[in-house]
Amino acid sequence: MNALTLQQDGEGWRLCLSGDWSLASIGQIDRELGALPDSMLGTLVCDWSRAEQPGIAPVWLLLTRLSALGAGESATARLQVRHEGGPPSTIELLRKLNVNRPAALAAPSAAMPAIEGAIGELGRWVVREGAEASAAVDFFGRIVAVIGEIFSRPRALRIPSIARHIYEAGVTAIPIVALIAFLISVVVAYLGAQQLRKFGADIFVVDLVTIGVLREMGVLLTAIIVAGRSGSAFAAEIGVMRLNDEVDALRAMGLNPVELLVLPRVLALIIALPLLTVIADAMGLAGGALLSLLELHIPPAQFTVRLQEALAPTTFWAGLVKAPVFAVLIAMVGTYRGMQVRESARELGRLTTVAVVQSIFMVILADALFAVLFEKIDF
Amino acid sequence: MADSTAKPIVRVHGLVNRFGAQVVHDGLDLEVRPNEIFGIVGGSGSGKSVLLRTILGLRRPQDGTVELYGRDIQRLSQPERLMLVQSCGVTFQNGALISSLNVAQNIQLPLREYHPMSEKALDELVQLNLSLVGLPPDAAGKYPAQLSGGMTKRAALARALSLEPKLLFLDEPTSGLDPISAAAFDELLLYLHTELKLTVVMITHDLDSVFRTCNRVGAIVEGRMITDTVDGILQNAHPWIHEYFHGPRAHAVEKGAHD
Repeated sequence: MNALTLQQDGEGWRLCLSGDWSLASIGQIDRELGALPDSMLGTLVCDWSRAEQPGIAPVWLLLTRLSALGAGESATARLQVRHEGGPPSTIELLRKLNVNRPAALAAPSAAMPAIEGAIGELGRWVVREGAEASAAVDFFGRIVAVIGEIFSRPRALRIPSIARHIYEAGVTAIPIVALIAFLISVVVAYLGAQQLRKFGADIFVVDLVTIGVLREMGVLLTAIIVAGRSGSAFAAEIGVMRLNDEVDALRAMGLNPVELLVLPRVLALIIALPLLTVIADAMGLAGGALLSLLELHIPPAQFTVRLQEALAPTTFWAGLVKAPVFAVLIAMVGTYRGMQVRESARELGRLTTVAVVQSIFMVILADALFAVLFEKIDF
Repeated sequence: MADSTAKPIVRVHGLVNRFGAQVVHDGLDLEVRPNEIFGIVGGSGSGKSVLLRTILGLRRPQDGTVELYGRDIQRLSQPERLMLVQSCGVTFQNGALISSLNVAQNIQLPLREYHPMSEKALDELVQLNLSLVGLPPDAAGKYPAQLSGGMTKRAALARALSLEPKLLFLDEPTSGLDPISAAAFDELLLYLHTELKLTVVMITHDLDSVFRTCNRVGAIVEGRMITDTVDGILQNAHPWIHEYFHGPRAHAVEKGAHD
């Protein structure tokens, strides 16, 4: 059934409203209102006698549509509207609201030409990235400033807080780090064994595993796991504190959020990540030794001897020295993104994701730089 | 205004809510009649918000029944529940606007979900709801974080009104507002109550608001509810109620009312 029927009625028009006029029918009413002719002059009588349960929203759509067609309160309006047949009680209220509504409801701004838009977008991007870079440098500066403060005011070093984060980011990560390091080195050793066996060079699997684990894989895997676990936790924890105004509350109490929230996390990771790396190294070697025994029948004693021949004195340190650097990167990215959260829950999710992705990227980038550096200085 | 003979819209009977050993409601009864503004008062921790959550079906009580429009909300099928939810508007204490959507999108959220219509019509309805609650048209594009406390409360009300409910639940609608904004909110509530024939259940600590708007008041005392008209409850001899309505914070209100 039609919700509205328009009839020519002598000089003017007659609009019969019928059927269900509640909110439930608004889709149909909206469509039929859109189909009304664009030019109506003279008088228009709205007949409500057959409309059932008129709701506010459908009546509002009718009134706004009519005023778009030129209906007005004044005698000079192009279309004079009269309501008959028991119009809904809310119609007076809605008519008043409609009239009081500012006529120009912010017309959508004209679209910019494509090229101009693209250049503008580029400019905005440059400005945004520039601001971002300077904010990141500023953030780093604040951390350094607090570290400087520790020497004059030892209380700025929050030992309990650091301990808590060492526990959460380090101790609780031991099982997963150990397991992953073990499994990955088993995989690498297995792949190596398959290839090297062809040349009868089975024993070099030991070289492959030990050098690979100690120099690269142990520390890199650990850093990536920690970035996923703790980088996101740092960002989310601080982000929620920002949304609850807790960070502002700290500032208002004269406390430095960098000192209370950021530095303990950075220091905790600097301590925890190298220790986790040592565990990952040990488990990686264990995995290599196990696979060598099972697949290549190299007994552990022989594995150990070969291991000592394969390693240079610096191999272990070449991996471990990277750990604190990765720790600083992960902790800084996580806390920095957390501090950027404002306004909404979506922002929190976005920045937590950014924190994880960016810290993993930074870790791998730094690892590549280390590889080049170590190659140059023959470390 | 309120029809005292009609069937109650909200009826709560023998409600018991416990958190561990702590008993919040202990056989609470409540009836809200059509077309009245019903105020719920009670001390902090007396379970006002818990009561609201129970009525809305967001919390299952340990015992007792809740009926909305004569239907037990625990025994509804999913489609019936959905119908019922759509006929109740709710505002939460802190507005609970979805922070990643702007005001217009917040208002459109339930409309889009239940009543498909053109984008233009949706925009028109945003303007309708904004003007109903007295927000300027340009509030539509703002995000919740950009709104003041008073605007947030109004925007939440606009969202609650968007499905044209006949029953409105408000949790502390005037808390955190300055007296002028709070008074304006009271007037808005009275206006909507008369114009749209709404039944309102309002949790409030604001005595001015109670005296200005409410037809009847229910006080949660010792896990039960004492219900009376505003004048009646002022005469109530219960020590807590007496203290609540006649304590030092209440005198200014009373004086103002009698001037």
